[in-house]
Amino acid sequence: MNLTLEIWRQESPKAKGRFETYKVQNISPDCSFLEMLDILNETLIDKIQSPINFDHDCREGICGMCSLYINGRPHGPDDDVTTCQLHMRKFKDGDTITIEPWRSKAFPVIKDLMINRNAFDQIIQAGGYISVTTGGVPDANSIPVNRNDAELAMDAAACIGCGACVAACKNASAMLFVAAKVSQFALLPQGKIEAKDRVKAMVAKMDELGFGNCTNTYACEAECPKGISVSNIARMNREYMCAKVI
Amino acid sequence: MTKLNSKIPKGNLAEKWTNYKSHQNLVNPPNKPKLDIIVVGTGLAGASAAASLGAMGFNVKIFCISDSPRRAHSIAAQGGINAAKNYPNDGDSVYRLFYDTIKGGDYRAREANVYRLAEVSSSIIDQCVAQGVPFARDYSGLLDNRSFGGAQVSRTFYARGQTGQQLLLGAYGALSHQIKTGNVKLYSRREMLDLVIVEGKARGIIARDLVTGELEKHFGHAVVVATGGYGNVYYLSTNAMNSNTSAAWQIYKRGAFFANPSYVQIHPTCIPVHGDYQSKLTLMSESLRNDGRIWVPKKKEDAEKIRNKQLKAIDIKEDDRDYFLERRYPAFGNLVPRDVASRAAKERCDAGFGVGNTGLAVYLDFASAINRLGKDVIEERYGNLFQMYEKIVDENPYENPMMIYPAVHYTMGGVWVDYELQTTIEGLFCAGEANFSDHGANRLGASALMQGLSDGYFVLPYTIQNYLSKDIKVPRMSTDLPEFNNTLNEVKERLNKLMSIKGTKSVDHFHKKLGHIMWEYVGMGRTKAGLEMAVILIRDLKKEFWSDLRIPGDINGVNTELEKATRVADFIELGELAALDALQREESCGGHFREEHQTPEGEALRNDNDFMFVGAWEYKGEDKSPELHKEELKYEAIEVKQRNYK
Repeated sequence: MNLTLEIWRQESPKAKGRFETYKVQNISPDCSFLEMLDILNETLIDKIQSPINFDHDCREGICGMCSLYINGRPHGPDDDVTTCQLHMRKFKDGDTITIEPWRSKAFPVIKDLMINRNAFDQIIQAGGYISVTTGGVPDANSIPVNRNDAELAMDAAACIGCGACVAACKNASAMLFVAAKVSQFALLPQGKIEAKDRVKAMVAKMDELGFGNCTNTYACEAECPKGISVSNIARMNREYMCAKVI
Repeated sequence: MTKLNSKIPKGNLAEKWTNYKSHQNLVNPPNKPKLDIIVVGTGLAGASAAASLGAMGFNVKIFCISDSPRRAHSIAAQGGINAAKNYPNDGDSVYRLFYDTIKGGDYRAREANVYRLAEVSSSIIDQCVAQGVPFARDYSGLLDNRSFGGAQVSRTFYARGQTGQQLLLGAYGALSHQIKTGNVKLYSRREMLDLVIVEGKARGIIARDLVTGELEKHFGHAVVVATGGYGNVYYLSTNAMNSNTSAAWQIYKRGAFFANPSYVQIHPTCIPVHGDYQSKLTLMSESLRNDGRIWVPKKKEDAEKIRNKQLKAIDIKEDDRDYFLERRYPAFGNLVPRDVASRAAKERCDAGFGVGNTGLAVYLDFASAINRLGKDVIEERYGNLFQMYEKIVDENPYENPMMIYPAVHYTMGGVWVDYELQTTIEGLFCAGEANFSDHGANRLGASALMQGLSDGYFVLPYTIQNYLSKDIKVPRMSTDLPEFNNTLNEVKERLNKLMSIKGTKSVDHFHKKLGHIMWEYVGMGRTKAGLEMAVILIRDLKKEFWSDLRIPGDINGVNTELEKATRVADFIELGELAALDALQREESCGGHFREEHQTPEGEALRNDNDFMFVGAWEYKGEDKSPELHKEELKYEAIEVKQRNYK
């Protein structure tokens, strides 16, 4: 396959960014999207040019590090995958592909396509955990969990923290990310003890960091590589209301 | 006389850890915040250690190379975590988990460490459940288990095919909790590039800020390296792209011995290589072998037709299929340990029975499980793995069998540590995959997560406290000490040297070349001649690297090529040491298979008389031969036998 790439280049967080055009040739359809960028980078290094910086790590769809906005969609045109699991067979020979970083005030660009998602860590630090310390906990089977609740908790816990939900949202809302963590713990008996404080603290931190509000477009669910359901947002809203009112 | 003192406590095997804890020295609560501990790495071992030490009141600084601790590659572990809970009532016990691990490691692991690992395994599950890790449950609401290779009991706890993710997020939550309380400070996008030693003790690190390029000096009364394994020395592996061995290698060059670098695990069930551009290999969890059956055609002509796309797997009749693991190992069948399964697959492919375009693949077939249990059950158990396979290979594994081939996955070798997980440098500890301690020559499935969390939650909090009890009067040191400045300058020089080569080849060019050498000569089957060749080729590659490397861009700011260059420079040196280690070990054991040493049936043939030791290498300086130290392994509670899974 021969392709034209329109790629966002930005030297540093404060520098002005721009699109640059690159051509890649003889790309195998079995090649992954990031491997296609590797090939491009090798040609840039050959020409003593600075390679394109992008975040990536596990390349098997679980670490949440890769984060490209491809042809106007977070993680590109394929459903239920991260960018690293996207393969070139999803494109056509001769295509022009536009590649941008996630765009959100809370995720500033570091360089080119790399962004700073430290805001997500801060939200978790605000209360996205159960406050047990090591040791002195009861036997695992002394806390039975309804199987259905355990499955729903696992559905929510599958979030990889990539930020596609924020990138997809016109308000750059982090509701799906926060709701996934709130839901996981709200569904489990271990998490119920701190449930009220947790949801209040996490929502407050999310607002403080400049994420927008949810206006129910469901773009987050549509673009989530792990298929996290917006019903988690409903659960979080309920948890939040209960915590504030009761 | 060896310099190795493993410090194994006295007493019966089952009492050693209890005895240690009863008699160790403690640090009282008011003194703990005065003591700084540096933890490098935020995977299971690093995050759990930092969270636990922080909760105890120590002042912890934790470093990670990614944007968030949650990216560490522990996250990719799929299948599960072992624990001797015996919930299924199928005969499990601490002793049996210990026994299986020692046997699985081909009698090359330290007995006392492994027993402790089995002993604390239950507490790990308790801890994780209390953290809200959503393990799989049965309809009564209690925890479910499955089986893994090398065991005849079901002792593996799991969270779908994302167990590593859930355990890491549990540890990340605990870590985040401690960050909020202020006991732990997180330094993200930082890479440790060297260790600072003051008066013979580890007292800090030099880290590079990967965003600004700035070099930083950090002090700690003790330092923990938990930076994972060195599988990426093979270029293609199941490790993440950023997984590297540089922290472990730099401490080796500062005096920490490096043990058994030739012990590398080649995992049998990975998606086969499909092109030159490929950047990594993807694992298909071992848990699939619970329900998947591994086979190749019985007839060479069928295999050939499949390779030429004239036949499909489903065209091969049941009688014409060779379920070679079930045939060779009826007792364990498809659930033999990884080293055994990998070698058996290689044997069939080398003999001309392989499938796929390249002939370097075997089938992993779920048809009988789908017939027996229904597609729904298989989807519930392995849905995410099947989806991942389909996305990569573009074939539906519910309809056609998966194609798999062995790939580098885990490294049993690593930094030598004593019973306290302390290296040969005082005050420097090493945990998780980065150390060599618990898996001998082969690791059993679902034991890496167990070891990482055991080291972090339940071992280091005790042993570091014991060490720091002597340091309560040592004030925080200034990072303006000459030791810090000198080390910083050495790092700076190394980086400048890399930048100034200005050659013609990219880092990846050298990394791929190294990977080819390693896979060819230090891979699944090794010979004396091949290993000697590897040493020569790697030395040549090192010269070429340092004279023809090209790194575009600047030493300041983000420069991913420079990051990769520092890592590949270390991989090249480690590759040579792995080859030397494989060369000296004139036997086959676990993942180390010397073709000269095998039984008539093609099984690994150990030489217990001459090689029942841990080979720990001491760095002697640039271009000098490293020195081998031997820690004899003594088995008191276990009878050493030829491994048998038949």
